[in-house]
Amino acid sequence: MNEIIGIVFIIMGLVFDFLGCLGLVRLPDVYNRLQASTKSVTLGTCSILFGLFLFKGFTAAGIKALLCIVFIILTSPVSAHALARGAHKSGVKLWKKSVCDKYEEDK
Amino acid sequence: MKRLRWLIGLVTIIAIFAIIIFYPLPSLLEWQSPLLKHCFFVLFFAATFCFWRILKGPTPADRAVAIDILGILVLGFCAILGIPTGRDWYIDIGIAWALQSFISTLALAKYLEGRNFDE
Repeated sequence: MNEIIGIVFIIMGLVFDFLGCLGLVRLPDVYNRLQASTKSVTLGTCSILFGLFLFKGFTAAGIKALLCIVFIILTSPVSAHALARGAHKSGVKLWKKSVCDKYEEDK
Repeated sequence: MKRLRWLIGLVTIIAIFAIIIFYPLPSLLEWQSPLLKHCFFVLFFAATFCFWRILKGPTPADRAVAIDILGILVLGFCAILGIPTGRDWYIDIGIAWALQSFISTLALAKYLEGRNFDE
């Protein structure tokens, strides 16, 4: 029973991962790509790791998978924020149909 | 022209999914359930998108974003490989990879801002 629920979690994570990578290819701008891919790939990989935890139970590998989930949720937004700030400071232009740029106004 | 490009992309993605689901893929390991093998190849197909963005990306920021995403995807590879082999050290490799990916992404972001690494 645990293995069936684990496979369901893994397939759900794969759907999120695949859609995030599709957004990485398809969207027109650095910021749009960052927005689409970082959040959904983080959630998808967390779901895959939770599926691994359901397979393994409370063994060493399962608890390491839970630790990995906490680590990813803490670090992935930090790195995405740093990348967006670096891209904006290095002078990457926004897409020409973008509506507003609050970070430029606040400077 | 735009609709033609949409149609070509959709047909390509559906064809690759049909190959992954119906074609007898090489079994490198003793997979516990056959679904897990297809899951592994779907993740591999998602990773090729990241490689394509790394090769093509017009600005350096695109490549940095793609490298960041690839570092998180490798953790998913390690998690899926840990199930059929029954070896626990794959998840250790995943933890180490996530750590070095985070630090290298921060270093790349500092490089994009135009600062030195030791500021």
